[in-house]
Amino acid sequence: MRLEPIANPSTLRQLGLPALALAATMAVATLLALIAGADPFATLGQIASGALGSRLAVLETLNRATPLIFTGLAVAVAFRAKLWNIGAEAQLYGGAIVAVLLGTGALGSPLVLPVSALAAMAAGALVLLGPVLLKTRLGVDEVVTTLLINFIMLLFVSYLLEGPMKDPMGMGWPKSSALIPEARLPRIIDGLRLHWGFGLAIIVAVLVWVIQTRTTLGFEIRAVGQNPEAARFAGMPVNAVLVKTALLSGGLAALAGWSEVAGLKGHLSSDLSPGFGYTGIIVAMLALLHPLGVVVSAIFVAGIFVGSDAMSRAAGVPTYIADMLLATALLFMVLAILLTKVRVVRG
Amino acid sequence: MSEIIDILISASFWAAVIRIASPLIFATMGELICERAGVLNLGIEGIMVIGAFTGWMAVYQGMPLWGGVAVAMGAGMLFGLLHSTLTVPFGLSQHVVGLGVTLFATASASFAYRLMLPEVTSPPKIEPFQPLDLPVLSDLPWLGEAIFQQTALTWAAFAVTGIVAFTLYRTPLGLAVRAAGENPAAVEAQGLSVTALRMGAVMVGSGLMAVGGAFLTLSAFSSFFFEMVNGRGWICVALVVFGAWRPGKAVLGAILFAGFDALQIRLQQTDLGALLPYQLFLALPFILSILALILMSRRAEVPAALMVPYNKGER
Repeated sequence: MRLEPIANPSTLRQLGLPALALAATMAVATLLALIAGADPFATLGQIASGALGSRLAVLETLNRATPLIFTGLAVAVAFRAKLWNIGAEAQLYGGAIVAVLLGTGALGSPLVLPVSALAAMAAGALVLLGPVLLKTRLGVDEVVTTLLINFIMLLFVSYLLEGPMKDPMGMGWPKSSALIPEARLPRIIDGLRLHWGFGLAIIVAVLVWVIQTRTTLGFEIRAVGQNPEAARFAGMPVNAVLVKTALLSGGLAALAGWSEVAGLKGHLSSDLSPGFGYTGIIVAMLALLHPLGVVVSAIFVAGIFVGSDAMSRAAGVPTYIADMLLATALLFMVLAILLTKVRVVRG
Repeated sequence: MSEIIDILISASFWAAVIRIASPLIFATMGELICERAGVLNLGIEGIMVIGAFTGWMAVYQGMPLWGGVAVAMGAGMLFGLLHSTLTVPFGLSQHVVGLGVTLFATASASFAYRLMLPEVTSPPKIEPFQPLDLPVLSDLPWLGEAIFQQTALTWAAFAVTGIVAFTLYRTPLGLAVRAAGENPAAVEAQGLSVTALRMGAVMVGSGLMAVGGAFLTLSAFSSFFFEMVNGRGWICVALVVFGAWRPGKAVLGAILFAGFDALQIRLQQTDLGALLPYQLFLALPFILSILALILMSRRAEVPAALMVPYNKGER
């Protein structure tokens, strides 16, 4: 077999194939439920109602979506420039550390929130700066370095939580002191658990969209991603664009950790992120790297996680079904997107 | 300083180095085969998890230990088939597909584990591979303990290295695989299928990665834990670069690396260990991997067609 580009793909092909990818993921979900000995339709129903079935469920889903929007944006921005930032997990913790450093009394109202948010972004950018400089200066593959730094960062956080940042009142638990009230993100509506981190995530998604479509940097990122040689030939400072992309991407991922600490948890612990950085890759790919699409796909992905937790408690299908479905969706989706642009011919 | 020397002259240290290197050797050989054929396989981390899980589960269900190794290899090849189908004929991004395969494989292992053992809190143990008693060699003073009291799976790791090196450099098949990673159009001109060579290489390589994972459960820890692979796969990707895509150098890299790992575990128990946070020692393997990548960046002879999909239609 070989692949042949399609000159003018039909709308049906462009919309139908991604829809087919989601349908195929549903089929896998059915199969997994059957393997687990559960009624597949009841299982899917419980996932849906667990994610969206009540006001509490919806708020939980939106809360869970918040860090995923940030990490999804971080990945989308980087992948657009073909900068393979797999280190959003480490950058997230960079932001979380800053939230605690500045939020436990070092700064007071009204400075603490904006200053710590910006400082968090700077920290996340710094975490990604090393790998991107190694890439542009020495040609070291950033995939492996960013992955390895994730492990180093988690150990660093563990050290901080057992040493310099340990909560003296923590009863031996490795967690940081609590943030002062002024350093906490307020709730969007009094009495409801949803915090302003979610609002900020939406605003940031729009800003990223504006950067990508209305600014020179956005144009340069796309050009470098599509064809770095052509971009270089056209006189574009490719390495400088990659560094700028990395600073933006790392900063966005850091906001995920910052908002989890300042909005949701109020302190730092080493289980702050159950892999939000890695899940951000799925979020970004399902959104076809579109910043506004990231918001939708983050809510979808969060819904699968929250819904699966609820379903697992009720139906006994292991909650890891969520991770399986999302990985399946990712693989089906990249294949579907390819097939909107090429057709398979024999020979 | 004298503490380090004490560690380095103890036989148990060298036995540990070889033990720690074994799973890395399997997985590094697996990744090396994939990359020599032109495919970066970032499914490695997840495929190691699948190997660790399926091999262990097969033995737990009553299969012999070598049966467990075979099951792990088969499972790894299945995920290799998934990876190579998407990356070779369809030419999809090897980064995205590789990470997708890692996520899928890891989740599959967790899902199957919970499904098959819903109630257990501490994972059940199996009877793992025992050190082989070699005539004369195992009883040698110092050397016997340091080198010749390893399990059969460790010897298999070194045998695999020899087979991989021989096949790659001394057989027509190896030449074809290497050419698929250097100049696929030339391979096709010889009437060979780049698709078949690359898919075959990824499947065999993934099988070896899975055996590397199975080493952890069948020869090292005798139980399965969710986090047990813990970045070893990513380290092996770095080891392939460090070994300049050559089997012999990659094995030396794995042994050097295992040496630092065994050293850090022992240093933790010395005065130095009391002085420094233990997390620094645990981070050492990852820091060393990054340093290795930096060190080799100028000298590496990357396969020319690595990560370049081959489509017959294009010229």
